[in-house]
Amino acid sequence: MLPIKADIWRWSVLIPALLLAMPVLVVFGSVLSPDIEVWRHLRQTVLADYIINSLILAFGTGAGALLIGTGTAWLVSQYQFFGRRVLQWLLLLPLAMPAYIIAYTYTGMLDFAGPVQSNIREYFGWSYGDYWFPEIRSLGGAILMLSLVLYPYVYMLARSAFREQSGSMLEASRTLGFSPRQHFWKVALPLARPALLTGVALAMMEAFADYGTVQYFGIATFTTGIFRTWFGMGSQQGAAQLAALLSSFVLLLLVLEQWSRRKIRYFYQGQRQQISPLRTLAPARQLLVTSLCLLPVLLGFIVPAIQLLNWAWPNAAVLLTADFGKLVWNSFSLAALAAVLSVVLALLFGYASRLRRDPLVRLPVRLAALGYAIPGTVIAIGVMIPLAWADRNIDLLAEQWFGVRTGLLFSGTLFALLLAYSVRFLAVSLHSVEAGLERIKPSMDNAARSLGASPLQVLRRVHVPLLRGSVLTALMLVFVDVLKELPATLILRPFNFNTLAVRTYELASDERLADAALPALAIVCVSIIPVILLSRTLDASRGS
Amino acid sequence: MRIKPTLLVISALASALLGAASAFADEVNIYSARQEELIKPLLDKFSDQTGIKVNLITGKPDELISRLASEGRNSPADILISTDVGRLYRAKQQGVLQSIDSEKLTTAIPEQLRDPAGQWYGLTMRARPIMYIPGKVKPEELSTYADLASPKWRGRICIRSSDNIYNQSMVAGLIAHEGAAAAEQWAKGLVANFARPPRGGDRDQISAAASGVCDIAIANTYYLGGMLADDEQRSVAEKVKVFWPDQQGNGVHVNISGAGVAAYAPNKDNAVRLLEYMVTEQAQQWYAETNHEYPVVTGVQASDLLQNMGDFKADKLNLDKLGELNAEAIRVMDRAGWR
Repeated sequence: MLPIKADIWRWSVLIPALLLAMPVLVVFGSVLSPDIEVWRHLRQTVLADYIINSLILAFGTGAGALLIGTGTAWLVSQYQFFGRRVLQWLLLLPLAMPAYIIAYTYTGMLDFAGPVQSNIREYFGWSYGDYWFPEIRSLGGAILMLSLVLYPYVYMLARSAFREQSGSMLEASRTLGFSPRQHFWKVALPLARPALLTGVALAMMEAFADYGTVQYFGIATFTTGIFRTWFGMGSQQGAAQLAALLSSFVLLLLVLEQWSRRKIRYFYQGQRQQISPLRTLAPARQLLVTSLCLLPVLLGFIVPAIQLLNWAWPNAAVLLTADFGKLVWNSFSLAALAAVLSVVLALLFGYASRLRRDPLVRLPVRLAALGYAIPGTVIAIGVMIPLAWADRNIDLLAEQWFGVRTGLLFSGTLFALLLAYSVRFLAVSLHSVEAGLERIKPSMDNAARSLGASPLQVLRRVHVPLLRGSVLTALMLVFVDVLKELPATLILRPFNFNTLAVRTYELASDERLADAALPALAIVCVSIIPVILLSRTLDASRGS
Repeated sequence: MRIKPTLLVISALASALLGAASAFADEVNIYSARQEELIKPLLDKFSDQTGIKVNLITGKPDELISRLASEGRNSPADILISTDVGRLYRAKQQGVLQSIDSEKLTTAIPEQLRDPAGQWYGLTMRARPIMYIPGKVKPEELSTYADLASPKWRGRICIRSSDNIYNQSMVAGLIAHEGAAAAEQWAKGLVANFARPPRGGDRDQISAAASGVCDIAIANTYYLGGMLADDEQRSVAEKVKVFWPDQQGNGVHVNISGAGVAAYAPNKDNAVRLLEYMVTEQAQQWYAETNHEYPVVTGVQASDLLQNMGDFKADKLNLDKLGELNAEAIRVMDRAGWR
C-alpha cells in the first residue's frame, strides 16, 4: 500500500525539517508569553523607528539590487561590447565582500575626518559647515552599501534567466513589431520575473537580518533593537517578540512572492533552444555599456579592496603569522562542510515538497528557511537552547541509570555550529535548488516513473544532471555566506577555534579598522575562488 | 562514481576540525569578551609558571553569558571575562557566576571595583572623561557632566549611540546619584546639544572633534590611548585634551574590565589561581598597559601615556549599581530620544 511508503518519505523529511525549524520555533514560541511591560515601552518610544527603518532598508536594498542586477544582467546577456567576457564574472565579485567590511571601508574614506573630505577642505580652504557632502553613515548610505554587495544575487539569477530565453522569442517579438526596448519590458522581463523575485527576496532577507552595517551606522532597526532589548533591558522575551515580528514581515514577503506567480508555471524547455546571438553595439555605445557594467564592480569590490590593501599593507608583516594559515584553513574547511550539508538538505526538502504537495512537509521547511532573515545571534541562541536542553537531560539520565556523566554532547561542538549554519542559510540553497527543480517539467518525473524508475532513481538519473548548475550555485553561495558569517560562529564555536571572520571582528570591534583589514582581505580572497567557480558554472550551464 | 571522492574530502575535513580538541588533566577554561590579543600573552605566561593549560574562547560578552547559562551545570567554563561591569552584573543576575572567597583578591582590589558578594572582580579600570579642542573650548568653561546639558553647548557635542554599554553605564551612574527624572532631563538637554546624530564608536567621536564637527567628545580613555599609540592616528588624537569633570563632586565616571568564576567551574581552584595571578604587580602592569587602561591594584603605576592625561578623582559608587540600573538607563535614553 502506498500510504506506508509515503509515510517513510514524509518522516525522513519531517525530522530534519523540524530540527532545523526549532530555532525559529523557539523565537515564535516567545509570543505565547509576551513581556507586556517591555512591549509597551517599546511601542511608546522606539518601535515605530524600528519598523520604518527596517522596511525602508529592506525595500531600498531590494530596489537597488534589482536595478543594478537586472540592468547589468541584461546588458551582459544580450550585447557584445568591449570587456564583456571579463565583466560577466567580475560582476559577481562584490559577493565576496562582507557588508560590514564595505561599510567600514567607505566610512574610512568618505567620513568627515576621512581623506576625501579632508582633501576637499584643504583644496578649497573650507571647514565644517561650509559645504554639503552626502553622509555615508545614514539610512541611504546603508541601502547603498547593502545594494552594492547584494545585487549579485539578482544578477546571477537574472543572467541565467535571460540567457535561457530562446532566440526565437526575440524573433517572434520583432515580427510582432516590438522594438528591443519593448521586447525587454513586455517579453524578457515578465518571463524572468520568478528569477528576479527570488534574487530580490534573498537580498531583502539579508538586509532585514543585517546587524553589522546598521549598528556601525547608528541606525535603529529591528536587529539593533533586538540586541538592545535582550541584553540591555534584560528581556529575552521582548527581544524574541521583536524577532518574531521581523520574521512575520519576511513570511509576508515570501507569501507575496509565491502569490505573485500563483497561476504561472515556468518550465524549462526540454531540448536546447537556439540561443539568441549577442548584438554588437557601435563603439561609442560599447564604451558607455562597458563603463555602466564596470561601475558596480568598481564601487562594490575594487575600491573597497584597494582601501583594505592600503590599510593592511603597513602591518602585514606583523599580522601574517603561522597562526594566520590556521585561520584560513579553519574558515575554508568549515565553509566547505556547511555548504555540502546545506545543499544536501535543500535537495532533500526541495525534492520532498515536489513529490508531496503536503502542508505537513512544506510548513516546517518554510519555517526553517525563515532563518535567513533572522539575525545570526538569534539563530545561535535558538540553536543553543534546545541543544543544551538535550545535553542536560541526556546527562541526567545517564547519571541516574549508569552513574556516568556525559557532559556536553552537542553544545560547543561543530555540530551546533553546522546546525546553525544550516538554519541560517537553508533559504539560499533551497531557493537555488527549487528554482532549478521548478524548471524541470513534472512530465519528466512521470515519464521516468512510468519507465519503472523509483523516486530515488528519478533524482539521481534525471534531476541531478539537470540540476547540476543550480546545485553548484547553491554550494558556492552557501560557502561564501558561511565564510562571511560572524555572530553564530562567534558564539557557538568550540574552544581555541578561530576563523577569519572572528579575527576581523575582534580587531574591528576594538575600532582598530586598519588591523582588521588583513583578515578582512583574506575573507575576500578566499571567497573569490568559489565566486569564480560559480561564474564558470553559470557559463557552462548556458550550454554554448 | 563521483560521490566517493567527495565523501573522502568531507570526512577528512571533519576529522581535521574535530581533532582540535585535546584533553589535559590540569587546565582552566575561559570564556573571554576581551579579545585574544589583549590577554593571550598573559595566559601563556601563567601556563609557563604553573603548568596549567589555558583554553580560550573569545566572543561578545552577552552571547558568552547566554552560552554559559544554557550550558548550565555541564558548562566547561571556569572563568568569564568581560570588558565592562554591566555585563558582569548580568552574568551574576543570571546565576552563572559563583562567589569567591580570596583574601588576595579582596586586599588587592578596591572595594568599589569588585562585587560586594565576591562574584566578580575588576581587573583594569578606564574613565569616561570629557575631551575638548583647546582654542574652541576653554577648560574654565567645563565643569561637570551635568553642565553638558546647558544650552551653551548647543550643536557642539559628539557622543556615540545609546546602544553602547559605556553610555548606558554612564547614565546608570547618573541615575544612581541624581535619580531617573533628573537623568532624563539631563539626557534631553544633552541630545539637544548633539553636533550630529550619534554614529560610529568612541574613536570616531574623537576624530570628529579633531576635524571640526564638534568641540567636545565623550569617550573612554583607552580609545584615546590607543589612538595616541598608533602612528597613523596620533596626530588626530593630539588635537584633543582631556578634562576630568565632577572633581568637586562625585568624580569621573569609571568602568572596569573584570572577571568572575563560573557557577559550575570544573577547575575552580585553577580559576581562582588565575584570578589571583591577574592582580600580581607584574600581571597588572602588562594587562592594563597593553590596552591603555589603569591598573586596579593600588601602587601599580599607570603607563606614561595615561599619566600624561593627568590625575583624577574617580566616582566611588560601587559599580554593581551600574549593572542594576542598566535597563532603567536604556529607558531613560529611549525617552530622551538618544538614538
